[in-house]
Amino acid sequence: MSVAIYIAVMAIVTYLIRMIPFTAFRKKINSPFIKSFLYYIPYGVLSAMTIPAIFYSTGDMTTAVVGTVVAVILAYFKLPLIVVALSATAAAYITGLFI
Amino acid sequence: MKVQFLKGMFHGIPIALGYLSVSFGFGIMAVSSGLSVIEATLISLTNLTSAGQAAGVEIIAAAGSLIEMAATQLVINIRYSLMGISLSQKLDKSFTLKHRLIASYGITDEIFAVASAQVLPITPRYMYGLILVSALGWVLGTFLGAAAGAILPTDITAALGIVLYGMFIAIIIPPARKERGVLFTVVIAAAISILFRYVFTAVSGGFAVIISSVIAAAVMALILPVKDKEEEGASEKAEESVSEKEGKLCR
Repeated sequence: MSVAIYIAVMAIVTYLIRMIPFTAFRKKINSPFIKSFLYYIPYGVLSAMTIPAIFYSTGDMTTAVVGTVVAVILAYFKLPLIVVALSATAAAYITGLFI
Repeated sequence: MKVQFLKGMFHGIPIALGYLSVSFGFGIMAVSSGLSVIEATLISLTNLTSAGQAAGVEIIAAAGSLIEMAATQLVINIRYSLMGISLSQKLDKSFTLKHRLIASYGITDEIFAVASAQVLPITPRYMYGLILVSALGWVLGTFLGAAAGAILPTDITAALGIVLYGMFIAIIIPPARKERGVLFTVVIAAAISILFRYVFTAVSGGFAVIISSVIAAAVMALILPVKDKEEEGASEKAEESVSEKEGKLCR
């Protein structure tokens, strides 16, 4: 299948998700279940996308695990996103030098 | 009115800087998955979202179906619907349908966060300035990453494969530390995702993410519903909530 068709589907779906509620929605959501579900869903998505995929992200399990540990520790201490992301990368790279 | 546009652009600078490095990682990832520099850049220009794009590239690389692609984008990006609803309550009168149709393009986690922190009603020009600078960082970073992916030594591009995931971890952990509901959502979703990876391997990656996250979020929404902060706030007197906010800032 052409990559262009994939990109078009991605872009259209993502745009509609943003556009429809932003233009049409006037009421507030009242269902506590739906509100809670929508609140939790991003964390579920990011978690499922990250684990276990992160361990395969560098092509070497050891460097990936070191990078992951560094990211978790720095995130635990609430460092900014970019600091966490780049430190994980640097840790994976430096570990790779010793393998 | 021009001031509003410039103010938006100014507020977009930190977002753009953050986007630059993350989308650089996305560009490298996209090219290493077999996409061209132009295709990678086009995805960032038309989608403007990190997790959705990363999942999308995986589906393209695995030659998944278009239904899988659409469903994955829907689940991963559904949070933008909620942000759109929230932002729509804060818009200036000048935000007509035409402006809403255009500004919808730029609803991302970071742009939403900055825009909703504004005290005054949000004007179209402010949003356009904010979106323009942010999107520029996102698209430029992708282009540079995709182009560099072909030039940089493989050990550096390999290490950069972790950038996006590192950012995801940085998003997940602080709230998981604070709220048990988020923590359990993260743990359940990860556990199911691991099951799909090693046990139920017939399920493709996009659907595995959807099923894992929907189950985790639904279970936690049932067990531990989120308290309605807005209603609590509305029931208090306006003065009290203002002084409370000031108190938080001072701390």
